[in-house]
Amino acid sequence: MHRSVLPRRRRAAMMVLVAVLAVSLSGCAADKPASTADRSEPELIEPVDVVLASTTSTQDSGLFDVLISAFEYANPGYRVKVVAVGTGEALKLGETKDADVLLVHAKSDEEKFVAAGFGTERRDVMYNDFVIVGPPSDPAGVKAAADLAAAMQAIGAGTARFVSRGDDSGTHKKERKLWASAEISTPTPEAQAWYLSTGQGMGETLKVADEKQAYTIADRATFLTMKDTLELEIVREGDKDLLNQYGVIVVIDAKSQAGGQVFADWIVSAEGQTVIGEFGIETYGQQLFIPNAQ
Amino acid sequence: MDIYTDAAREGAALLRSGGLDVWGIVATSLRVSLTAVFVALLVGIPGGYLLGTRRSFGRRAGLVLANAGMGLPPVVVGLIVAMSLSRRGPLGGLALLYSPTAMVIAQVIIAIPVIVAVTAASVSSVPRELRLQARSLGASPLHEALLTLAEARMGLVAAVAGGFGAIISEVGAVMMVGGNLQGETRVMTTAIVQYTRMGRYGAALALGLVLLLLIVIVNIALTGMQTSAERWERG
Repeated sequence: MHRSVLPRRRRAAMMVLVAVLAVSLSGCAADKPASTADRSEPELIEPVDVVLASTTSTQDSGLFDVLISAFEYANPGYRVKVVAVGTGEALKLGETKDADVLLVHAKSDEEKFVAAGFGTERRDVMYNDFVIVGPPSDPAGVKAAADLAAAMQAIGAGTARFVSRGDDSGTHKKERKLWASAEISTPTPEAQAWYLSTGQGMGETLKVADEKQAYTIADRATFLTMKDTLELEIVREGDKDLLNQYGVIVVIDAKSQAGGQVFADWIVSAEGQTVIGEFGIETYGQQLFIPNAQ
Repeated sequence: MDIYTDAAREGAALLRSGGLDVWGIVATSLRVSLTAVFVALLVGIPGGYLLGTRRSFGRRAGLVLANAGMGLPPVVVGLIVAMSLSRRGPLGGLALLYSPTAMVIAQVIIAIPVIVAVTAASVSSVPRELRLQARSLGASPLHEALLTLAEARMGLVAAVAGGFGAIISEVGAVMMVGGNLQGETRVMTTAIVQYTRMGRYGAALALGLVLLLLIVIVNIALTGMQTSAERWERG
């Protein structure tokens, strides 16, 4: 069996939840599991829409497919609409009150957002990690690097191409931080011919890196979901600086602030955290997101 | 309404300061789309002329194809071109995906049906007697064609305007085959999409205005050509 970091009780709860989901999704509910008995009657009221602004990398990983259906099952009064954009625009959608709740990964910007009075509070939800991927031949010799800074310096030498998101997303911000900690001033496409900037999402950026046989920085979840279509492999992983913390924020005075609050409370609850922790184990044999709500 | 005034102010400031690589992006847009229109004209005008003048079996089928082709979804063109040029595709060896050449290829495919259909419609409205007369006076087929096209020049200008308009404002296909690479394949439409996604409405709006302005300028020039052609016709 696969490894699990969750206590036995949570696993049992998860088993029930998965069973319930399987039945409700297959649509042939012959014998309803006992746990649904207390939900005697389906709600007849129209569910309230909750707009969740989040990042393309979370969307591309497939987490929302599982997470949102589990949430809607537990809270039939709400229907979640996901808007997947970069962290920058997700925060902007919060400022303009076009989103009710945000799930993004750029902690300092999130704290600024709350401090500016746009959100109620910022709570940790989960983290995942970034990996540096590149052509299997590893022309820049990143695999041989002693530490993360040396790996970035190997890429920064410019012997092979590097593709940046260049879209001010959480992933792009992480990339800039990594250049800074390796004491390299962030390259630009104008100055460095080997440095490409797509201004697009994670999936597209990985495809460009694949076509150009270049290096890039990707979140593990998106890379794993696309791995089979790419001729790229992980050349660096596991460093502490490659971790990526996600936070949830309820937008003040949004159209459905109450719904946003219910979603935020659920995602940090034991139930939501269990769904997050189990995601990916079945398909990829490993956890893609590690729940760490307080 | 703050959203518009804020964006407009930010956009104007960006245009003034040159903090946005507007001219680089405009130059790439023009270089790619003008090349594509030029190539599409080389194919589209002879094609449209044949479809508009010949009374053959294939004519009807060709016209249907050209007219249907005007509704060809650019995103499908983008998909097919991207698949063909991808490293795993049949033309992968050329390493053209995510390059300006790939964008020109996609835009040529989008523009050709527009140019063929408009050219065919305008040459078929040239009186048949003109061509018969030219032929009876001993004109070669090429001479006859040039005479007919000269007569249909108003329509030809419309064909150029239609073809150029279809590709300069297109975003799906160029995003898929160009990849929006900064300084290389980033054009106005893909940059607008990017800045909107990033929440930088000011930058997006600034580029949107430049794009609109460019389309207006091109159409003023083309309409100028049309009216001077009209004057020339009246003698």
